[in-house]
Amino acid sequence: MPQVTFTANLQRHLDVPSLEVDGTRVGDVLAQVFKRKPRLRSYIVDDQGRLRRHVNVFVNSQMIADREGLSDTVRPDDEVFVFQALSGG
Amino acid sequence: MADAIYVATRKGLFEVSYDGDPQTRPIAFLGDPVSAVLQNEHDGAIYAALNLGHFGAKLHRSEDFGQTWQELPLPSYPPSEGDDAASLKFIWTLARGGLEQPKRLWAGTLPGGLFRSDDRGESWELVESLWNQPSRSEWFGGGYDEPGIHSINVDDNGRIIVGISCGGVWISEDDGDSWTLGGKGLAADYMPPDRRDDPTIQDPHRLAVCQDAPDTVWCQHHCGIFRSDDGGHTFTEIKEVAPSAFGFAVAAHPQDPKTAWFVPAVKDECRVPVEGRFVVTRTRDGGTSFEIFSRGLPQENAYDLVYRHALEVGRAGKFLVMGSTTGALWFSKDAGESWRLLTGHLPPIAQVCLVGLP
Repeated sequence: MPQVTFTANLQRHLDVPSLEVDGTRVGDVLAQVFKRKPRLRSYIVDDQGRLRRHVNVFVNSQMIADREGLSDTVRPDDEVFVFQALSGG
Repeated sequence: MADAIYVATRKGLFEVSYDGDPQTRPIAFLGDPVSAVLQNEHDGAIYAALNLGHFGAKLHRSEDFGQTWQELPLPSYPPSEGDDAASLKFIWTLARGGLEQPKRLWAGTLPGGLFRSDDRGESWELVESLWNQPSRSEWFGGGYDEPGIHSINVDDNGRIIVGISCGGVWISEDDGDSWTLGGKGLAADYMPPDRRDDPTIQDPHRLAVCQDAPDTVWCQHHCGIFRSDDGGHTFTEIKEVAPSAFGFAVAAHPQDPKTAWFVPAVKDECRVPVEGRFVVTRTRDGGTSFEIFSRGLPQENAYDLVYRHALEVGRAGKFLVMGSTTGALWFSKDAGESWRLLTGHLPPIAQVCLVGLP
């Protein structure tokens, strides 16, 4: 199963250890994550299910291409990383 | 007088004491922007809204005066198609319900949605009767890219008056079921001449209602100071206000409808105190005249700006507190005539809140 890992910056707000979940698309994987951790949803996607502007998702070393539909492919042995974009002040 | 001053800042929620040697204490969310803070007088619970730069808006409630916090569900816009489908940017203001609604909360948000909760923030619903107003398509952002609700005044008779930048003044007499566009008489110099008086596109920076005489509504507008005596339906401009009629904040005296306080600045892109002198103005005659108070406030090279939620008056109309974008916090025990600096070292201040402790 794909493994999903979250930025350490998110751990300030929520307890989110790495998870192994089913799914063949980024959207499926994140839906499984949100099923287990409902509060996490609003941190990662907006009201319309779009990836937040300042959140990046990588499948292995590649940033996903489809930030709105989250349709990038995920294979069983892939790692999915949820990072925050570099911004702030 | 309040028991404590809570300060919502760009870098967390703080408590500042005002007796003796003032002390500043971070309460929670250190490092995170706090966009709104409210104490519900009905049960004492404190609500804090966050606007996390990366991870979106959040809402928390404390039942023990800031010792512990519980994260609450967020107001959320209904699913919709299209690139411009609405999504919560942040909660700009929170308000309690009426006298008979101890569990009611209102949330004013960007991009312009009003939300209602009847279970202390455990669930929220969009007030579609306002959201679906046809004229909403004409609202636009003022300062932010999208319109936002910053003022929600609920009076003891159940009337709700909402201020939107830039979407005017909206009034509901039936608990939010239906809405009337008020704000006639407001004037927008930033619009073409034939739209200047259009109530739909006005930019009221802040609305403040006299608690005991709720037909009196003060408006610090982008283009000046206005007063309504009919619950926000029509306004009269108050002209020739020294040193400036521009500003963001207004506080209405809880009992006296003729008294209100303002914090003037140079209009309108400049937004610093006039000639670097930081002052508070007060009218006690409905706007016919204004007193200018400077005692205790910096009178040279001061560039403090007080945002719309960063000036608050206590229940007796004597105690005031205000915080600036440069992180200074002052309070007054004499209805604004003199001020004491409590700290000059907070992060930029979004809101001040007078909190009653048990």
